[in-house]
Amino acid sequence: MTVTTDVGGPRERSPGAGPILELKGVSKRFGAVQALHEVDFDVTPGEVTALVGDNGAGKSVTIKCIAGIYPIDSGEILWQGRPVEIHGPKDSAALGIEIVYQDLALADNLDVVQNMYLGREEITPFHALDETKMERRCKETLSSLSVTTIRSVRQTVAGLSGGQRQSIAVAKAVMWNSRLVILDEPTAALGVAQTRQVLDLVRRLADQGLAVMLVSHNLHDIFEVADRITVLRLGQDVARFNTKETNQREVVEAITAGKLSTVPGAEEAHVR
Amino acid sequence: MSAITPPLPTPAAAPTATIGAYARRWAENVRGGELGSLPIILGLLIICVVFQVQNDRFLTAGNFVNLMVQGAAFALVAMGIVFVLLLGEIDLSVGYVSGVAGVLTALLLLPDGSSVPTAVAIAAALGSGVLIGTLHGLVITKIGIPSFVVTLAGLLAWNGVVLLLIGSRGTVVLQDDFVIGFANDFLSEGAAWVLMLLAVGAYAGVQLWGLRKRAAAGLSNDPLLIVGLRILGLFVALACVVYVVNQDRGLPYVAVLVGVLLVFWTYVLRRTRFGRHVYAVGGNAEAARRAGINVDRIKIICFAIASLMAAVGGIVLASRLRSVDTNAGGGAILLYSIAAAVIGGTSLFGGRGHIKAALLGALVIASIDNGLGLLGLSSGTKFVVTGLVLLLAVAVDSFSRRGRAQSGRA
Repeated sequence: MTVTTDVGGPRERSPGAGPILELKGVSKRFGAVQALHEVDFDVTPGEVTALVGDNGAGKSVTIKCIAGIYPIDSGEILWQGRPVEIHGPKDSAALGIEIVYQDLALADNLDVVQNMYLGREEITPFHALDETKMERRCKETLSSLSVTTIRSVRQTVAGLSGGQRQSIAVAKAVMWNSRLVILDEPTAALGVAQTRQVLDLVRRLADQGLAVMLVSHNLHDIFEVADRITVLRLGQDVARFNTKETNQREVVEAITAGKLSTVPGAEEAHVR
Repeated sequence: MSAITPPLPTPAAAPTATIGAYARRWAENVRGGELGSLPIILGLLIICVVFQVQNDRFLTAGNFVNLMVQGAAFALVAMGIVFVLLLGEIDLSVGYVSGVAGVLTALLLLPDGSSVPTAVAIAAALGSGVLIGTLHGLVITKIGIPSFVVTLAGLLAWNGVVLLLIGSRGTVVLQDDFVIGFANDFLSEGAAWVLMLLAVGAYAGVQLWGLRKRAAAGLSNDPLLIVGLRILGLFVALACVVYVVNQDRGLPYVAVLVGVLLVFWTYVLRRTRFGRHVYAVGGNAEAARRAGINVDRIKIICFAIASLMAAVGGIVLASRLRSVDTNAGGGAILLYSIAAAVIGGTSLFGGRGHIKAALLGALVIASIDNGLGLLGLSSGTKFVVTGLVLLLAVAVDSFSRRGRAQSGRA
């Protein structure tokens, strides 16, 4: 199975299904810098889980640990309740984790279909590209995600707006049988209407049963789409909220002054 | 994956764009900087008119055949250059790589007791091209030296190899009828017509089959009239060529070789996974890498193709001159080939271009070279004019990039 068009329908969710991805006590150190310290974090299918924090809080490192780009020093990563070792982007993709990075990784000179199938092109028995099949599947995926602003899937990505590009990048991620989609600052460079477009898309993904992890520091966006919020501060998870039971002030407080279990540099200070 | 799959939208009656919409889209693209082959075809027309006014021998059948044979080697080498330019890289060594291949062929076919069958000699020359290109690609990707430097070193080193191979002989006369025949023998009138009809028939078949397949999948199609005009256009163009060359010596074999390789490489670039990945690497190498494409492998293969096509061009050049000497691969071949690819519309910035650019560009270069020769101008003047045309072509590329940027396409 390479391609699914199942993003259109609600996924089956067994009642009480647990988180699809769990990080338990994950730590990561770069030389003297403790980038992550015993971080707990989990994502549940059908929900948008936001990971927030100031610059340098460890959001990107967390993503890269999940992607397998950085090996973790200690702690464990559970996928559907089973511990897994992720050694690289191929492993995470095999599990069903797709990451949409901030720079989107689209080739401007290729059209929408070519970008969505990049690296996984369908071929006919004679090793030629199966353009009709790819174009059809692309259109189906986009329409199932209600991405309606793309005029033609045969126009180059260079001519698309920021919101359209983000939509293409997201559609590309969910087309491949993915279970968890991680979005890194998806609205950072977008205008108001385009942000709206992308947030709607994010909500739709979760409503269709995918687990969505949203990394952002735009609290306004997060309060609009996220179900749960985990706050990182200086590499530690300092607070968790249910969006419905909190407000922006509480979250900002956690981001800037959340209680740390260990203060970086404190141990060294004691020794001295 | 989930067990639920939404019903696929049933393919509606294939929507077909109207002629008006098609024309509007084309005009929009041109305004937006997607010029395609438009500037070069205009350029060719201007060149023809200017030279014909200056010297009425320019547009004769005999000169047309000469032009084909002269331009063939540039077109072949330029096809390889297109692959490298698509990556946003450059290959400066193709001139002397073509020299190495030409000299190797001539030496292996020397009837001095150690000569080998023609096929073996050609295979050895082509194989040396592939090896040289692979070597360049390995150094560029694995050691991480810019292609400009590696192939500049190649330019010097392969020039040296040409001199070493020739040794004290000075000139090696090519003594194999088959190889000489490439550029100096011609198809019979009938064979040329049959070949031309086969080519148009195949093109029409592919086009109509594509239409049917897309219609069956419920995808929009170009208007039937446009497809018909394309097929008719190819028919008229090829018929003119065959008619004109048959007034003189006929269709040179080398023109058939160029045609076959043009179709082959176009297929590779536009219809295979490898070709798609070449464009992706040229457009956004990081995106390609994240999509799981082995960027180094793509680069190495492209450099191998560039040197392979240089070798093909070298053999054709040796065939045209019926000999090789210490100048093999020198002179204008390198610069004319790169210029041909660029003039034809391949962007130097990577990711944009077609194989047909090599052919169109080579036609322009060969026309200028040939036309100025007919006017009795020195090679100094030729170089100055060719240089200006190259500059003009790159300027057009730059302007069209600006047009794309303004319309939000770049």
